[in-house]
Amino acid sequence: MMGKGILIEGLKKRYGSGDTAVDALKGVNMQVAPGEVVGLVGPSGSGKSTLLKALGAVIEPTGGRMTLGGEVIYDNGWKVKDLRALRRDKIGFIFQAPYLIPFLDVTDNVALLPMLAGIPNAEARKRAVELFKALDVEPRAKAMPSQLSGGEQQRVAIARGLVNRPPVILADEPTAPLDSERALAVIRMLNDMARKFETAIIVVTHDEKIIPTFKRIYHIRDGVTYEEAGEGRSFD
Amino acid sequence: MISLAGRDIMHAWGKFVFTGMGLGLLIGITLSMAGIYRGMVDDAKVLLDNSSADLWVVQKDTLGPYAEPSSIYDDTWRSIRGMPGVARTANVTYLTMQVRQGERDVRTMVTGVTAGESGTPGWPPYLVAGRQITRGHYEAVADIASGFALGDRLQIRRNHYTVVGLTRRMVSSGGDPMVFIPLKDAQEAQFLKDNDAIHQQQRRTAANPAFNRPQVPGLLDAVIASQSINPYVNAVLVQIESGHRAEDVAESIRRWKRLTVYTRSQMEEILVGKLIATAAKQIFMFLVILSVVSSAIVAFIIYTLTLGKIREIAVLKLIGTKNRTIVALIMQQSIALGVIGFVVGKITATLLMAPIFPKYVLLEPLDSIIGFFAVMVICILASIIAIRAALKVDPAEAIGG
Repeated sequence: MMGKGILIEGLKKRYGSGDTAVDALKGVNMQVAPGEVVGLVGPSGSGKSTLLKALGAVIEPTGGRMTLGGEVIYDNGWKVKDLRALRRDKIGFIFQAPYLIPFLDVTDNVALLPMLAGIPNAEARKRAVELFKALDVEPRAKAMPSQLSGGEQQRVAIARGLVNRPPVILADEPTAPLDSERALAVIRMLNDMARKFETAIIVVTHDEKIIPTFKRIYHIRDGVTYEEAGEGRSFD
Repeated sequence: MISLAGRDIMHAWGKFVFTGMGLGLLIGITLSMAGIYRGMVDDAKVLLDNSSADLWVVQKDTLGPYAEPSSIYDDTWRSIRGMPGVARTANVTYLTMQVRQGERDVRTMVTGVTAGESGTPGWPPYLVAGRQITRGHYEAVADIASGFALGDRLQIRRNHYTVVGLTRRMVSSGGDPMVFIPLKDAQEAQFLKDNDAIHQQQRRTAANPAFNRPQVPGLLDAVIASQSINPYVNAVLVQIESGHRAEDVAESIRRWKRLTVYTRSQMEEILVGKLIATAAKQIFMFLVILSVVSSAIVAFIIYTLTLGKIREIAVLKLIGTKNRTIVALIMQQSIALGVIGFVVGKITATLLMAPIFPKYVLLEPLDSIIGFFAVMVICILASIIAIRAALKVDPAEAIGG
């Protein structure tokens, strides 16, 4: 099982100090259950990226509490020593652009993560191929990233985010470069994967095409989040 | 775990191979430079080996006959020959000059050797074609590097010589091929003036009242006769009888003959430590400059390759790649570049560069091994800048905004 989603309570982040200090996050609260996909929307400068980086354990918050898969990872200070291992094992990342490693084939782009975690190469590749079946890119398993279409690359990136079966996936504007049809296909895929692998997925977006598909949306403005029920519109 | 460096190299092998070839040419030049220095040292040793001498007797307080001019009387050998511990002696002259053959001239070291038999000090110890000098005049044995062939007619000063034998690896410390001629001819070539100068000298002598006294008949003829003989050689080569120490015999000659005597090790020190020392320093400076340039090129290439992968490195760090994996990626690429460069450089130096250099290039296996490790060290050091840049990459850069 993939854990118990993500719980964020009163998360704060302050940049600088004294008169020049900026409070990017002023007490963010979020909860995403396993198998759920929520949207995180907000204008530029609202704190979206800061929140994403704090959730991704690449910047340190200045207060609050974060629980990931049932484990408290931050409580007014990091509670885990190895943030690199935390990112590798507990958090999946999907970026605006796929950012696949150009000198690795599709399989190894995905299998690299379990390999980094010490899983034998054959087992890591097997995991990757299983995901390719679910994401319908298995025939392209031996191709190089440059030989894939944009949609195929994004599906491989999704597979990379899922391959270590993390309790949470952070997707940073994953549909930005895609047209409506492909954008909706990606969101549908994320929903399917979230359900199948019981992963909590947070999709940061300001893509009007996909916002109506979320059942729950977190708006962030001036470092504070507001929850809103989404339309949860069907993909058909 | 897969080799990220290996995959990256295989993905962009053309870039690596061509960059490695460029670096290889530099390494080839560096190895050739080392080979030129080794060749100079070897030339110096060959010169000593081929003279078949244990001692060099030269003009007092000179570094002759190779490093400084030296003149001693050509009958000095007789008294040395009679000293205890001396097996053989032979006069010798050395003169570096242009030797004409038809329309071309070649820079050579003309060596005057005493008549005798094979094994006489100063003689070429072996021939690759023809025979040794058997006549008292106008025959020559030439090193094959001079380009002369058997039967060629050479012009040395105003005399002509026929090449009767060819030898190999008989060169001066400067790498000039040697041409052996009879001692008398060589003395003439070295000391005798041309006809006009002799005529001038005789006229001046006759005009000098000190030499042309009416009351002393025959004085002028005696003085002119003394001016027309050339009783000098550059050195006497000495072979020691077995059972005697070279240093003891040398000390005896120094003491009783008041001449300067060098043993083999002292002569080697003069040639290597003094005669080619400046050239060796020059080559060493070239080696240093080439090493610095190679380092800068490797550093620049690896840094550029790394900058081209900054986004990928940020992604790798974000997804949990350890720093040491990223360090290994960059360092292995740098080492791979060095290996490609070294292989290309070694092949270039051995097959392309060494044969076309006019002087002897001696590529020692040990130099290649040292060169290989030097290249590896340079590549590792050169990758440090790129590694620092990669380690500074913030994984947050992979996340937009």
